[in-house]
Amino acid sequence: MNTKVQLHNLNVHFGRTHAVKEVSMEFRENSVTAIIGPSGCGKSTVLRSINRMHDLTPGARVDGKILLDGLDIHDKSVDPVAIRRRIGMVFQKPNPFPAMSIHDNVIAGYRLNGRVRREEADEIVESSLRRVALWDEVKDRLRANAMELSGGQQQRLCIARTIAVKPEVILMDEPASALDPLSTLKIEELIEELKERYTIIIVTHNMQQAARVSDITAFFYLGELIECGETKKIFTTPEKKQTEDYITGRFG
Amino acid sequence: MCQAVDENCKDARPTGDCGGSVPTEAETHSWKMEKGVSGDFIFKGVTVLFAFSILAILLLMVVEMARESLPAIGTFGWRFVIGRDWDAVQGNFGALSYIWGSVVSSILALLLATPLSVGTAIFITEIAPKKAGGLIASLVELLAAIPSVIYGLWGVLVMAPWLQKTVEPFLNDRLGFIPIFQGAPYGVSMLAAVFILMIMVVPIITSITKEVLLTVPQSQKEAAIALGATRWEMLRMAVLPYGKSGILGAVILGLGRAVGETMAVTMVIGNTPQISLSLLAPAYTMPSVIANEFAEATSKLHTSALMEIGLILLAVTLIINGLAQLLLWSVTRGQQRGGRP
Amino acid sequence: MTHLAWRKAKNAGMILLMASAALAVLVPLALIFVHIVRMGGSAVNLDFFTRIPSPPGEAGGGMANGMAGSAILIGLASFLGIPVGIFGAVYLSEYGGNRISAIIRFSADVLAGVPSIITGMVAYALLVVPMKGFSALAGALALALIMIPIVLRTTEEQLKLVPTSLREASLALGVPLWRTTLKVTLRSALTGVLTGILLAIARIAGETAPLLFTALGNQFWGWKLTQPIAAMPLQIFNFAISPYEDWHRLAWAGALVLVTVMFGLSLAARFFGRSRRY
Repeated sequence: MNTKVQLHNLNVHFGRTHAVKEVSMEFRENSVTAIIGPSGCGKSTVLRSINRMHDLTPGARVDGKILLDGLDIHDKSVDPVAIRRRIGMVFQKPNPFPAMSIHDNVIAGYRLNGRVRREEADEIVESSLRRVALWDEVKDRLRANAMELSGGQQQRLCIARTIAVKPEVILMDEPASALDPLSTLKIEELIEELKERYTIIIVTHNMQQAARVSDITAFFYLGELIECGETKKIFTTPEKKQTEDYITGRFG
Repeated sequence: MCQAVDENCKDARPTGDCGGSVPTEAETHSWKMEKGVSGDFIFKGVTVLFAFSILAILLLMVVEMARESLPAIGTFGWRFVIGRDWDAVQGNFGALSYIWGSVVSSILALLLATPLSVGTAIFITEIAPKKAGGLIASLVELLAAIPSVIYGLWGVLVMAPWLQKTVEPFLNDRLGFIPIFQGAPYGVSMLAAVFILMIMVVPIITSITKEVLLTVPQSQKEAAIALGATRWEMLRMAVLPYGKSGILGAVILGLGRAVGETMAVTMVIGNTPQISLSLLAPAYTMPSVIANEFAEATSKLHTSALMEIGLILLAVTLIINGLAQLLLWSVTRGQQRGGRP
Repeated sequence: MTHLAWRKAKNAGMILLMASAALAVLVPLALIFVHIVRMGGSAVNLDFFTRIPSPPGEAGGGMANGMAGSAILIGLASFLGIPVGIFGAVYLSEYGGNRISAIIRFSADVLAGVPSIITGMVAYALLVVPMKGFSALAGALALALIMIPIVLRTTEEQLKLVPTSLREASLALGVPLWRTTLKVTLRSALTGVLTGILLAIARIAGETAPLLFTALGNQFWGWKLTQPIAAMPLQIFNFAISPYEDWHRLAWAGALVLVTVMFGLSLAARFFGRSRRY
């Protein structure tokens, strides 16, 4: 399988804090990579640097290379806005736009491409909602406010909003941690389906979840990449002692 | 969560009668406890009295103003608000020119001030580097602290002559075919009042809008950015819709301020009770006529007519401010609710 | 890509627009300051602080009576308004139930937005009419009505910041609630409360409209609280709209002094406000 995203000596500083240290790794196309590790290990920081979200954080500095299909996303010729349309992101807490309807939420990002015809919009909304298995639940109330949905539905709406833009990579920052078990299950099933079309990178503190949904698992500790490999292998025969300690619950 | 804890604490906080409720203390120094209880009672009484005096003051204002307006209301009825005659000698009073002046000057000032203020607030909170934004915010606060009479002083001695010499002749020359720019340049005019009001309400709208924008959660902005929105698109998509009722509250509060503004307007508007379409012509507002005539009003009816103008002004500003506060409260309360898990 | 270029251009354009709005807002501030400092600076001298205004047409003179009058009015208004504001705030933060506190808070916010000229009319109806004459007392009452909501709201904000544990520590020692409130809660919030008071004073120091038909103004010295009294903002107003150059100069000088005092107060308030820490 092809490499989609590649990190090369990635370092992230927040002021004086060295949050991510010399990380080099690859993310394969059409697969799910889980990033695990104890809180504060820099896993979210790595994730957010992949679509240049740190541009927004004052005092954040990202060094090293991040390659998307071999293209350095920090290259001067590259626009962060264009990058973020190829690399979508789903956040920990569902964050639909509260002033918009369900329909408008889904189309919000796509609409930035320019004027969208009504039928085209309806089509995108339907296919995106179908893909996140939300269509049947909301098709009769597309004009209702997005905040009327349950937490799990909101999160699936946010995923629909992300895939409506037609990204190549989807970053997920603990997408199920704010949800109940049933909604979590739905999200996990969804991830399984989405990987056929997208490259998915998911940060999670839930090891069972990582084991269930991912093909590859990367273990981070104190800002460093400790180990990365096939999920099965990481969870059964890890090479490093720290990894073993963590997955067996001896710390973290 | 923090909110919830606070509320619990508030309920659990000992009230007056359990102030000294440590048993041993009460047994050994019972006299002390007696004193403590009565002290608490008196103290609480004083605070209750003062807190409720706010309501009393508000009520007193309305009642006093209404009572003093009765003679005028009785004499003129609805003619008071549709009549244009204002003749102290004949004892004939119609306030339409003043109402017109207040409405036109306030609304035009708001139309100019709103985009400026919202733009400035966005620049401060979302665009400028933190330090630069903070500096601009402090300067805007300075602008808000300048007393009305000093705006008036500057307006009448600096701005009005400048308008008369340059701006108004220019407008008249180039755009004189439009009725609102017709007539001789007086300097002191509706235009001057609009400008001075705009300068005065901008800091209010700006600083409240700034507060409102700060309540927009980071997660909302990130949602837009992650969709590949530019900064402006993020503002359009996430920030402005989220803050719109608060911003509306800020603008309405600015309107309340503009309607009630007295000194600066009195000094630059020319104080001529007429209804003219031209912005270059002098006009008159409700607060201005009170400021100019109240101390010298000799007849009972004249005083009462001015009181009725004050009553209208009071009613309008109470409604406007109440509305603005409700809008702004819904914003802050929404924020607190968002804070709970 | 062309559409992206258009989006980026629009973004840049809007940012430029907002930056120019910020700039445009600051222009009048700069202009007003330049004029106050230039015109006022050339007119302020020792006479300005020691003498009363000269008759029109005569150069010189000062606003000494206005400054004294303003000081008296502010002092009296503070005496009337500050206790009401502070103890009203104590009720809101220490005793009041949720609903009644919300109503009072709402009323205070609405009251703070009532045009100041209306408070003047109310003070007129309450004091000038029964006393059959304009007086410093009526002026002070009008100013106090403006102060009360400001002091109340800022004090309440400060009291809310005092940790409950501090109150409980004192109550647990058997100190009655009222003493706890005075000696612990209010004292902890003292600097913040002081900030609010300074801000309220800064606000009323420049108020003119509520004095027009209460304190009325006085060309000469006046010390009686039952008599009309001079006030700086009133003098600035009267001199500014007069046709005499000399009086304009006095008005500018007055503006300079008033603005300096008010900014001094705001700076002091900021200083106090910054030093509070829990």
